[in-house]
Amino acid sequence: MSSAKLVAESGKILDVAAKDAPLTVRGLTVSYGNKPAVFSVDASIPAGSMTAIIGPNGAGKSTFLKGALGVVPRLSGEIRIFGKLFDEARDRVAYVPQRASVDWDFPARVIDVVLMGLYGSVGLFRLWRARHKQQAMECLKRVGMSDFADRQVGQLSGGQQQRVFLARALAQNAEFYLLDEPFAGVDAATERAIVSVLKELKSEGRTVVCVHHDLSTVAEYFDRVLLINVRRIAEGPVETTFTAENLQETYGGRLAATHIDELHLA
Amino acid sequence: MINDLITALGAEFVQLSLTPIVIGILAAIACALPGNFLLLRRQALIGDAISHVVLPGIVAAFLVTGTITAVPMMLGAGGAAIVAVVMIEIVKRLGRVEPGAAMGLVFTTLFAAGVLFLEITDTSSVHIDVQHALLGNLESLIWFDAEGWGSLIDPKALATLPPQLPRLAIVLVVIALFIFLFWKELKISTFDAAFAEAVGIRTRTLGFALVVATAIAAVAAFDAVGSIIVIAMFVCPPASARLMTNQLGRQVGWSVIFATISAILGYVFAGYGPGWFGSPYAVSAAGMIATISGLILMLTCLFGPQRKRIGQQAET
Amino acid sequence: MSFLDYFISALFLQAGYNSALVAVGAGLLGLSAGSAGAFIFLRKRALVSDAISHATLPGVGLAFMIMVAFGSDGRWLPGLIIGSAVSSAIGLVMVEWITRKTRLTEDAAIGAVLSVFFGFGIVLLTIIQTMSSGRQAGLENFLLGSTAGMLISEAMTIAIAGALAAGFVFLLRRPMTLVAFDPDYAATTGVNVRNIDLAMMGLALIVTVIGLKIVGLILIVALLIIPPVAARFWTNQVGPMIGIAAGVGGLSGYIGAVLSAAEASLPTGPIIVLVAFGFFLISALFSPLRGGLASWLRHQRFQRRVHRRQGLLSLARREPIYDGLTIRILRRAGMIRADGVATARGRIAAEKAARDEARWAMARRILPDDSAIERYDGLTPIERMMTPDQIAEIDHMIQTAQGAKA
Repeated sequence: MSSAKLVAESGKILDVAAKDAPLTVRGLTVSYGNKPAVFSVDASIPAGSMTAIIGPNGAGKSTFLKGALGVVPRLSGEIRIFGKLFDEARDRVAYVPQRASVDWDFPARVIDVVLMGLYGSVGLFRLWRARHKQQAMECLKRVGMSDFADRQVGQLSGGQQQRVFLARALAQNAEFYLLDEPFAGVDAATERAIVSVLKELKSEGRTVVCVHHDLSTVAEYFDRVLLINVRRIAEGPVETTFTAENLQETYGGRLAATHIDELHLA
Repeated sequence: MINDLITALGAEFVQLSLTPIVIGILAAIACALPGNFLLLRRQALIGDAISHVVLPGIVAAFLVTGTITAVPMMLGAGGAAIVAVVMIEIVKRLGRVEPGAAMGLVFTTLFAAGVLFLEITDTSSVHIDVQHALLGNLESLIWFDAEGWGSLIDPKALATLPPQLPRLAIVLVVIALFIFLFWKELKISTFDAAFAEAVGIRTRTLGFALVVATAIAAVAAFDAVGSIIVIAMFVCPPASARLMTNQLGRQVGWSVIFATISAILGYVFAGYGPGWFGSPYAVSAAGMIATISGLILMLTCLFGPQRKRIGQQAET
Repeated sequence: MSFLDYFISALFLQAGYNSALVAVGAGLLGLSAGSAGAFIFLRKRALVSDAISHATLPGVGLAFMIMVAFGSDGRWLPGLIIGSAVSSAIGLVMVEWITRKTRLTEDAAIGAVLSVFFGFGIVLLTIIQTMSSGRQAGLENFLLGSTAGMLISEAMTIAIAGALAAGFVFLLRRPMTLVAFDPDYAATTGVNVRNIDLAMMGLALIVTVIGLKIVGLILIVALLIIPPVAARFWTNQVGPMIGIAAGVGGLSGYIGAVLSAAEASLPTGPIIVLVAFGFFLISALFSPLRGGLASWLRHQRFQRRVHRRQGLLSLARREPIYDGLTIRILRRAGMIRADGVATARGRIAAEKAARDEARWAMARRILPDDSAIERYDGLTPIERMMTPDQIAEIDHMIQTAQGAKA
């Protein structure tokens, strides 16, 4: 039995079983103003899984991720990462924000950004050293960007910037990766490169969660889905949860029946 | 040739010009250092706001203590800067307005309150006025007891240095240390606040610390050189430096160079420049330093190797 | 005559022709500043006007020097106004140029222009002080403004210019509203966004230069910024907001000028700014729409409702509740006992919450396009947002679904 077995329909998490899962969320509510962006969401991400968070635009997918990591303040909710508070499990987690959330005109080279991922291993009041640079270069190699190490980040294409972000996360050498829209606005080659790195991470036993918007690739890339539209609609393995019925409920009328048919779902 | 230089830089120079120049340089660098990060965080105008509230801070300190000694004045000014920053934050949240409007509202109000208090209380016995707060008195910070370069190693003469000089030197060391020790954190949180938060950097605390450092620089510098240079040095040298390089470390280096050049040339042109046109009067050194920093910015805007925004920008 | 008596008589324009004219001039200035500022505020460029106002100083100095060179005494107000307008226009162009041609952002350009122009202006003022005719020039008054000893002709100039600026705002209000609200859409309707932006900043410039004498160049920007910020608390619509901003600006200018006329030691500019701030404070705290008090109460209520709802749902699922606030709220409402067990009342409420939750879930499934789904805040009972017929259908579907499972 997996450590975070779900009782499907009732929306209830078994408290004991989910204890040391990479992420356990209970009753997460985040609100900007007086309209909740995420309302009372429960979720449990089992170790070694690859989960897509899916939902329409403005449905609170990114907010769910940020609320879970405390990047935005939450109105209520309990979060456990590997059974602990986030502060105690921080070095086991790597977070990749949306590419568009930063100012790429910042005076930094590609290598500088990747070095930021080694922040936790450098130590207070110290600076990055040669061995850190070596580590960072290896991470760049894994995403196929080692030739660009000295390039200013603003000169890169969108896909290249996303790869740099992924390299920075790899440098963190975490057990649990949370990525916010890693495939948004990237070229096909980059998308393939990112997927293969993520699958590598999974094969090494690490856990991956992505906010994802392309329904046509869900089944190919991921093994679990979390459907969110302000509330949690459904969560579970792709085969049983990524169904036409659940998608219809998640997307409402916005996702026409014909589109769902094209996905060839059960 | 060298002898000429030594004469030009003789005893009189040490007595009248050395200390103002050094103080100008220290003040310029102390402001330019945090200015680099303010620039990249789109907070360049925080420096503007803070330097406007220095005046009400001094007035408040005078109203409380009844004196205008350095320590209460600096505390008052520092306190006012922090009050201003907190007020800006409140107005921003409460009114959900853009930071520029919140800043404009807060600093004009505090400045107005400062001027009003100055007018309605009897401060005629002491020397605080609006002009002093704006312009400083760089020219008057001379070293009476200096008799030449030898005085630099004479403890008795050194004891009579204008107090602004050691004060600014300490402030500069503190600010440089802050930036050096928290270089990683400042760099990461300025580039990507969400990531910084996730790896455990307290971005809000750090942002506040940066503003406090800015306030300390503004307060220490304004007494010697006035608010104008403070604003100019927060913005112009870092902005020029950004157009020279794409690496943060080098940007900071360039900003120090530009700040130093502005201070030296500005002082020299203000003190000696009018003489070249046959006028016996000097012009405002503070104004001239700001002007030079603006000319440097103009040059880098026209010729700086990294002046252009290039490559693909992240779409919204 | 006491201060109060004088203030009251001045307020009703009975304290002499001169001060009445100054007060009306300041009121008109505030009116045009408030309304012009509202557009700039909506366009999120409030501090561009700070660059404009500081950039007037070199123009004042140069105009003075030129007028002296041509043998006049240099203090002729229209001449100084023209000079300041020219130099602040150059400052404005510089801000635009730096932002467009280099990678620097607008805030950096504003900071650079305002400090450098101001610094250069100070250099010019120190030169003027050494000129034989410059000693009593009184140009420092342009820093903070002064109505003391203002000539009638000067007050007239300001009043007329203020009225003209207000008329200008009135004429351009439609295209400026369009551009401030949605520049992209404005462009598709054939409005030249760039020109309207220029006109907006041009208005800020006009207000600044005519306000120099009364409010001073350091504080004039307050008259452009504070009234719209105050107005924003009262309304979510552009039209009323501009009206309120104009009113706040006009009243601030008028009351401020009267106050400072009543008490000669009060400097005009700071008084006007502080009156405007008073209007802001009242708006920020007490406006029922967006004021701090109302927002705070709303947020508290909302947070309590969220916790109450989540607590009840936990009760319905028979899950333990850990959150301290949730427990306190449920206990105070008599829903749970001290040991955390639900009371009879709590059980009924929990059941009701669970039923509501299930109804909403079914509603999302079968009525995905209903407007109630879009508007739902996660808390409102379904009875308040859907018709009894809809709810009956939802209940029917729930029973069918349960029947199928059983």
